Amino acid sequence: MSVVTRKTETQQSTAADGRRHLRHSTPSIRAARRREAVAGGVMATPSVLLLVLFFFVPVILGFLLAFTNARLISPTPTTFAGLDNFSRLFQDPLFWKSLRNTLYFAVVVVPLQSALALLLALLVNERMRGTNVFRTPYFVPVVTSIVVVSILWKFMYQPDGLVNNMLQSVSFNVIRGTDWLNNPGSAMPAIILMSIWQAVGFHMVIRLSGLQTISPQLYEAADLDGASRWEKFRYVTWPGLRDTRTFILVTITIAALSLFAQVNIMTNGGPLDATTTVVFQAVRVGYQQQQTAYASTISLVFFLLVFAVSLVQRYLTREKG
Amino acid sequence: MATLTSARPAPAGTAAPREPAKLVGKYVIRILLALFFAFPLLFMFVSSLKPDDQIFADLSSLKAFLPVGHISFENYSGVFKNVPAGRFLINSIFITAVTVVLGLLINSMAAFALSRMRWKGRAFVLSLVIATLVVPFETFALPLVWWVNKLPWIVVQGGIPLFSFGWLDTYRVQIIPFIANAFSIYLFYSYFQSIPTELDEAARVDGAGWFRIYRSVIMPLAGPAIATVAILTFLPAWNSYLWPLMVVQSEDLRPVMVGVSYFQQLKVLWGQIMAYSTLITIPVLAFFLVFQRAFISSIASSGVKG
Repeated sequence: MSVVTRKTETQQSTAADGRRHLRHSTPSIRAARRREAVAGGVMATPSVLLLVLFFFVPVILGFLLAFTNARLISPTPTTFAGLDNFSRLFQDPLFWKSLRNTLYFAVVVVPLQSALALLLALLVNERMRGTNVFRTPYFVPVVTSIVVVSILWKFMYQPDGLVNNMLQSVSFNVIRGTDWLNNPGSAMPAIILMSIWQAVGFHMVIRLSGLQTISPQLYEAADLDGASRWEKFRYVTWPGLRDTRTFILVTITIAALSLFAQVNIMTNGGPLDATTTVVFQAVRVGYQQQQTAYASTISLVFFLLVFAVSLVQRYLTREKG
Repeated sequence: MATLTSARPAPAGTAAPREPAKLVGKYVIRILLALFFAFPLLFMFVSSLKPDDQIFADLSSLKAFLPVGHISFENYSGVFKNVPAGRFLINSIFITAVTVVLGLLINSMAAFALSRMRWKGRAFVLSLVIATLVVPFETFALPLVWWVNKLPWIVVQGGIPLFSFGWLDTYRVQIIPFIANAFSIYLFYSYFQSIPTELDEAARVDGAGWFRIYRSVIMPLAGPAIATVAILTFLPAWNSYLWPLMVVQSEDLRPVMVGVSYFQQLKVLWGQIMAYSTLITIPVLAFFLVFQRAFISSIASSGVKG
């Protein structure tokens, strides 16, 4: 018996080790499969375990904690609180304001940033001497931390700061500027401008990789047909970018909905809560006030927003296929 | 073929224009845009070299962007005097290095198991990994704070292992939750799928075990994927802000980005803030300028999913 097994084993390890041959079930092959199953499990375990511990558990906890009175540090045990947090949420004027501010930011940033990204990509993609030199400065803000960028722009937005000084000299003292970050009307637009400045290079690069997949022959054919610059964009470039388009819209939208660091550093949610966002409020409630349960409820709303965006993405990509 | 005779003069698009005026215009647009993206960082660097009163005096002219006047590294020495900047830098270097190295190891191993091996639950794990790709960290950051505060850890005290609870205010809370990453697994997985299986089948014929194939056959071929994952782990680890802000209280454990808040509490010394900002940006910028091609293609590759 053992001889037979050894014989099949040698056969297997010499010629028959290709995956196709594993279909025939002899004891040694079953052993090899078992070894493969064990080794596969062992190699995947560290990642799977960590993903469960630090992704799935907190995501599920977020749902559960929203129905409790949990606090970060509390002498009394956590108890079930039903829909208390939700009724508080719906009556919380600050929550509605945060939601409105977040949507305002997203509604302005998403179209503006994706259009500018496309424009920059078209500029960089045009074959000219030295175009690669221009790609670097466009991209440098992307690798710079949003924290550094926020503090730098906060300095530039000071009433006597660089932005107002530049406006003054460019307009020969006609425009005097304002205290950008301390004005409820101008604080959010100031953050929007800076956020686009920082992130547009990222989406330019993704657009650029999309542009480079378009065959130059299509442009040559369009030239032969006497297509105008706009026609070439409309009928060659735009359809060619279809694959990256949805992805770009979704990533910009999700990033816009997650607005936090800029607000935390530049305005701290003010003036008059004009820049408080959903994530900023969740952090303030959950971390500074230690109300984990209510913060989880706010995070849940944020989760639903993101979920809705990805459903839209699913729908759009399905339509394409 | 009538179109050929009526072909328009300047074939735009990919070809270069012939009229010099147009060409100059194109360069002017590009240079202006480049200046728009570069001027804030140039301003930051130049200001870090000037005393505060001179920064403000120079704002109204182009001197704001030129290292002229009283140029010195005084702001930098001020930063190290006022704030434990050295400590913050060491902390960030440590946290980032460990996260990148361990992340490369375990995510590539998981991707290898998913791409090459047959085991129970493989399809399920693969679908879980893909499901996590779109969920941003901010959606579960706050429950995660509550959760890590409950997690146990084994401490050996006088040779006796004891359980301690709560991960807040440690290095591990800044590292361990960010090692496993669904997107890194996904990137490795799609790269491994493009490596022909004949290579590892040949190795198996020679009697190589699975781990051996992973280490000696697949990983040596995965250079581009390793570079991409390393860059995409390095950037958020170095730039991490929200998470350490919430879970780290001790000065000794803080990373560089949280250090920025120190300057908001002191009397506002803009020159020093600019010096500190320059200091914590230079490592990333230096990496970027040296490995620019790899950086840009990594970022571009994060666009292929979807």
